[in-house]
Amino acid sequence: MAKISPLQIYRLLPGTNCRECGETTCMAFASALIERKKIYEDCTQLKEKKYAEQREKLIELTTPPIKEVVIGAGEKTAAIGGEEVMYRHELTYFNPTAFFLDVHDEMSEKELNERLERIKKFNVTRIGQKLSLNGIAVRSKSNDAAKFGEAVLNVVEKCNLPLVICSLNPELLEVGLEIAAKKRPLIYAATKEKWNEVAKLALKYSCPVVASSPGDMQVLIDLVQNLLGKGIRDIVLDIGSYPKGEKFYEMTENLAMLRRLAIENEVKVLGFPILGVPCVIWMDEKEPVKGAMAEATFAAVQMLRFCDMLILHSLDIWALLPLLTLRQNIYSDPRVPVSVQAGLNTIGKPDENSPLLFTSNFALTYYTVAGDLESSKISCYVLVVDTGGLAVEASMAGSKLTAEGIKRALEETKASEKVKHKKLIIPGRAARISGEIEDATGWEVMVGPVDSSKIGAYLKEKWR
Amino acid sequence: MVKVNLDEIVSRLLDAEEVELEKVSITAEELTFNLRQAEAKLLEKKRIKFEPPIRQYKGKIAEVQLGATKAEGGSRKKVVKLGGQASLYHFEGGRKNKPVVAFDVFDMPMQSFPRVLRDIWSEVWDDPGEWAKKAVKLGTELITIHLISTDPFIKDTPPREAAKTIEEVLQAVDVPLIIGGSGNPQKDPLVFEKVAEAAEGEMLLLASANLDLDHKRIVDAANKYRHNVLSFTSMNITDQQALNKLLRDEGLPKERLVQDPTTGALGYGLDYTYSIIERLKQNALNGDDILQNPIFCGVTNAWAAREAWMDEPAWGPREYRGPLWETITAVTVLNAGADGMMMLHPEAVRATKEIIDSMSGELRAQEIKYENWLSEV
Repeated sequence: MAKISPLQIYRLLPGTNCRECGETTCMAFASALIERKKIYEDCTQLKEKKYAEQREKLIELTTPPIKEVVIGAGEKTAAIGGEEVMYRHELTYFNPTAFFLDVHDEMSEKELNERLERIKKFNVTRIGQKLSLNGIAVRSKSNDAAKFGEAVLNVVEKCNLPLVICSLNPELLEVGLEIAAKKRPLIYAATKEKWNEVAKLALKYSCPVVASSPGDMQVLIDLVQNLLGKGIRDIVLDIGSYPKGEKFYEMTENLAMLRRLAIENEVKVLGFPILGVPCVIWMDEKEPVKGAMAEATFAAVQMLRFCDMLILHSLDIWALLPLLTLRQNIYSDPRVPVSVQAGLNTIGKPDENSPLLFTSNFALTYYTVAGDLESSKISCYVLVVDTGGLAVEASMAGSKLTAEGIKRALEETKASEKVKHKKLIIPGRAARISGEIEDATGWEVMVGPVDSSKIGAYLKEKWR
Repeated sequence: MVKVNLDEIVSRLLDAEEVELEKVSITAEELTFNLRQAEAKLLEKKRIKFEPPIRQYKGKIAEVQLGATKAEGGSRKKVVKLGGQASLYHFEGGRKNKPVVAFDVFDMPMQSFPRVLRDIWSEVWDDPGEWAKKAVKLGTELITIHLISTDPFIKDTPPREAAKTIEEVLQAVDVPLIIGGSGNPQKDPLVFEKVAEAAEGEMLLLASANLDLDHKRIVDAANKYRHNVLSFTSMNITDQQALNKLLRDEGLPKERLVQDPTTGALGYGLDYTYSIIERLKQNALNGDDILQNPIFCGVTNAWAAREAWMDEPAWGPREYRGPLWETITAVTVLNAGADGMMMLHPEAVRATKEIIDSMSGELRAQEIKYENWLSEV
């Protein structure tokens, strides 16, 4: 990370505390810049001529060590890279790893259209967030210009997702680019053999380009230096994807080295997003279930090892769901509080006969439970107990959730004034302390399901 | 005069940057040279040389041995060593011991298991010894026996009887054992005392000492009968430091302490676990003595996620989804720096071990030619 302090930034600001940026002081603006809650353009005074030199320095200082590369143009784009830190706990990660799905030019038109439809329609919602696929990688399998052109044309017409145009043959790349250039696709790839021709294409069509050097870090550096020398600014790094064996080992080490060199050692030529290609699994795995499992596992490793975009093949929901969930986890902002406010919440329009349930104040637990209750369409009260932001089971293990704590929560929220009955439904995972809760609170305890997905059925059966 | 055939000339040309031929006569009807285009040549500036970014670390993770052989006063055929690394990545000098996987075994039938797991384990779950044997056969370096039936609210199995169970399992298998309690803070220390005594010298890992129970009794038992202790906290680095310090102050040697900061399931807190493990490892290597211990993770918690076990057609078959959920949870903590993982599904264990072997450069496998993926996928 460019370990910059607010003070370093403050020195470059006008220092007038004009408040036009929305912050109360220039110092506060400096902090906001570091946390990327503001951008330098938010400082209106800095645009004045007299600050030109400071402005340049400020841009230099606040540009992330991993350049942000935008693939695509118009409505749908995929921004990758732009990272400030090596480990998420040092600040946060910014651009979630982009998932591109592959299609190729030996698919029949029907196959291709079906696959595009599935990719476009893919959509899962998890804790209020839409998890989607980000783009298409069109590859030339045939090495035939006419076929490739047709495939690219088909994809461009049917789909507005960002693209990668993939061939190691510059002539074919140009065929694809002529059709798709307006969409500003990522070009795959400039290799040590043909980088010069590919660089010309990247400049001619102003598209970002992958520098690919399987297994060789020195050649990768050479390639990037060459591309930069030609005036290309948007580059994506590819050190090769190896799903097994010694080369897998080398790859994981290389990926860590790439990111450390770029961020901690400030080697600018490596300050670019990294591409992983987990779909290589299918080069020697033909069995669909084994392949999809192996691909998802391999993709997880690459994502955890700093890859900013992945080219995937399997569209099986059971394989993509864990991967998308991992992305959601790793790219969540560790600075955002993990707990919700303790207190008595309502679902629907509860009255004095409605059920009263309790759960933890761990954000994830609460939103999951609340979501399940809402979809069950049963009005009720939810007592959110302060468990120190931990889930039910973990908070019991750490004594953050106790019968005494529940008693206090009932009293503080005056729950007994809201309902006529004295029945408390507790999470199945808290069954172990149900007796203690009854003793401490004097309420009748009903043990609910272990997983809140069953809460609707439970209430319908048990509550009257 | 030296005679060389054309094939040889061509093969030399392929390897060479420059070839000088002197005094040669070529007899051929037609001669074609297909010279490859020159490779990347730098256009400007100095070539930036690649150098591995190796760091120097102030700290080193303690090496903890689980299990003891006959010669060491136990009865295990093989032992497991955890930790011992002095750097973060292999390229900086390597991790001394490969991470390990321990199958979970319980001392009673687990009716609460998800269907996918019931199908695998129910045939042996009446007998912990048989369960342990099956687990070892399926391939882990060690196993965990959870004495869950000792919970006063479950079966309230007396400590003496729990100790007998452990003796049986020690007879049934020859791998090191981790002993899990029931999580009841009053009962666990009593159970660990009896088990520690019955398995004297076996270098068990007593799992676990927590902040809310009488950890001194556990430390005393571990010291008296030569065992290790797992220091278990719930997703809080300050707590982990505090508990490790308490255990050390109570006389537990550094090389007998393993730590567990709690593993959240994928999608349910794994992000906190991930960052806490990364911080634990980095702080330890940067010199925080009290955190310089191997990390063990309860990856089995992955099964608490509904996406792992629930029969939900929109998410695809749970037979595949479940093990994959556990595998990806494992791979995540592994990447953060876990030294050991407790797991439950054989397929997840197999996949995780393959990743461990690959990541430590030990797995020899047929390698793909990456350059060809565009045409071969």
